[in-house]
Amino acid sequence: MNIVVCVKQVPDTHEVKIDPKTGTLIREGVPSIMNPDDKNALEEALRLKDATTGTAASASGGATGGAGAPGGPVSVTVVSMGPPQAEAVLREALCMGADRAILVGDRAFAGADTLATSKTLAAVMRKLDYDIIFAGRQAIDGDTAQVGPEMAEHLGIPQVTYVEKVQAEGPNGGIAGHPAGGAKAGAGKAGDAADIASSKAAGARLRVTRATEEGHEEVLVGTPVLLTAIKELNQPRYMNIARIFASASTSVETWSAANLDVDKAEVGLTGSPTRVRKSQAKDAKREGVTMKEAPRESAERVAYMLREKRFI
Amino acid sequence: MDRKDYKGIWVFAEQREGVIQKVALELVATAKKLAAVKGAETTAVILGSGVAKLADALVAAGADRVLVADHELLARYTTDAYTKVLCDLVTERKPEILLVGASYLGRDLGPRVAARLGTGLTADCTGLEIDPESGNLMMTRPAFGGNLMATIECAERRPQMATVRPGVFEAPKVAVAGTAAGAAPAARKGAVEIVKPALAASDLRVSIDKVVKTVKEIADIGEARFIVSGGRGLGCRENFAILDELAQALGGVVGSSRAAVDAGWTDKAQQVGQTGKTVRPQIYIACGISGAIQHLAGMQESDFIIAINKDESAPIMKMADIAVVGDLFKVVPELTAKIKAAKAS
Repeated sequence: MNIVVCVKQVPDTHEVKIDPKTGTLIREGVPSIMNPDDKNALEEALRLKDATTGTAASASGGATGGAGAPGGPVSVTVVSMGPPQAEAVLREALCMGADRAILVGDRAFAGADTLATSKTLAAVMRKLDYDIIFAGRQAIDGDTAQVGPEMAEHLGIPQVTYVEKVQAEGPNGGIAGHPAGGAKAGAGKAGDAADIASSKAAGARLRVTRATEEGHEEVLVGTPVLLTAIKELNQPRYMNIARIFASASTSVETWSAANLDVDKAEVGLTGSPTRVRKSQAKDAKREGVTMKEAPRESAERVAYMLREKRFI
Repeated sequence: MDRKDYKGIWVFAEQREGVIQKVALELVATAKKLAAVKGAETTAVILGSGVAKLADALVAAGADRVLVADHELLARYTTDAYTKVLCDLVTERKPEILLVGASYLGRDLGPRVAARLGTGLTADCTGLEIDPESGNLMMTRPAFGGNLMATIECAERRPQMATVRPGVFEAPKVAVAGTAAGAAPAARKGAVEIVKPALAASDLRVSIDKVVKTVKEIADIGEARFIVSGGRGLGCRENFAILDELAQALGGVVGSSRAAVDAGWTDKAQQVGQTGKTVRPQIYIACGISGAIQHLAGMQESDFIIAINKDESAPIMKMADIAVVGDLFKVVPELTAKIKAAKAS
């Protein structure tokens, strides 16, 4: 089974500051990170892989040979669309245990909105053999949550968003959960591994739990499918020394528009139906009163004002 | 595509188990204002099974026309069925603008629909206006974790699509179907049209096996008139007890910042902010919250804001109608006592 995980390098928005004079974003010195939801997606893919290989530290180095063959092991490919420096998040993914990493970049892709981005990524997927495409629900720099579903639509495959749990539903109807804790699977692991690995051949389904406002729903879906991960799905692992060494010989592939069958009119700025007309730092001010008295006096004044305004 | 063929403003009116979601009413009221500028018609589109009775509430909220797509396969939301039915309707009738609530459902449906129609979609808009020159929809949304506001236009493709988070726009005061309140003005009339969508079970590739509603012991902060919110300054979960007491005295609920949720002190359902809930209560009391723009984005529409913080220069203090500089552990209990006393007198 092949799992492709989409990851994005984003500025850590917790650290983003606004220049008070110009009202623009200060990008210098803001650390770049792997988008958090994407990391959950990657972690889940790696757990599905661990379940089939039998060890948690499954970084055997290099791409897994014969991946995708019926009954074969799970292979995890990470894809990122972005500038050259986005290689850093792909290296991190390899150090976490991914088998293959592809950086998709081209001047033709610059300025893409979500539709053009999803068209480009869909073209990447068409060049890969996939059973599950995993993405984060949304990236913290844009918060749109659109690229995943849009990509699924272009590829004509079903989607499940807000995923908080994934289980392989075995060919015999049995459900094999994979261990939330990672390595210690106990008795459940063998069946799980077989179900995951054979899901392509047998056409087995996935049982996916997706969050809703009111709780969650469990859905059944066949592969290929696109899933988007939320924080509740798992706790991502750290890179470890063994994996760092094991992945050292794996290079990040770089793909450009030339590697893809894309219509240039459909990607980048040209292919983007939406344009940013203006952007500005948020002006959030009210003409309020400031109270610096002792707590009791301040409280008294607040209560008085609330009563004056008939709030209480 | 000839843009001139696209007319009218549509709202996808979300219903769950036969209950119109408040965001649908908020969007209909917003669409009506935009339609007035354009001299266009406002249409609410509702998908479901046996949901025709919900049309009245949408008319009362301001819809000139309600399209009811009724089919048993639409009883529960699925991406495949809802996308197909909504896209078929849009392709056939060509609305100029399509608004969708940014709920879990809307954020699953919106991008799928936009991709199928090959149009742009702007997520989580906090402002919608018609540009007087071009007549295009100007969609304003927060970006970079709310640090920046971007205004986005979809000039060439149609429909222009936007999702809007619940609570961003004010809901019209109307009687919702099933309630006895007679606030719906009898004079308002809208055309209700029932359409029978072409839908087969084979169109649904994802099947819902189980629906689990977790019992919500936490009050819906989106509906509360008074919210007392706590942040990092609270220090630990136990300290939220003093906020509970203040909220109780006011008859309100306790909310929180993302920092407090991330620390595990409060539930995700209590989170106010861009990645949490957007609230607009009568009174919002922020205790020990510095006011990251992420948080401000979720509460700045509150009628009256009180901030209690040691740090006078914290961003929340500039947002507040009353900025109390002081130790929240001393101020909050005093305030609780004063409010109790004021209410008793």
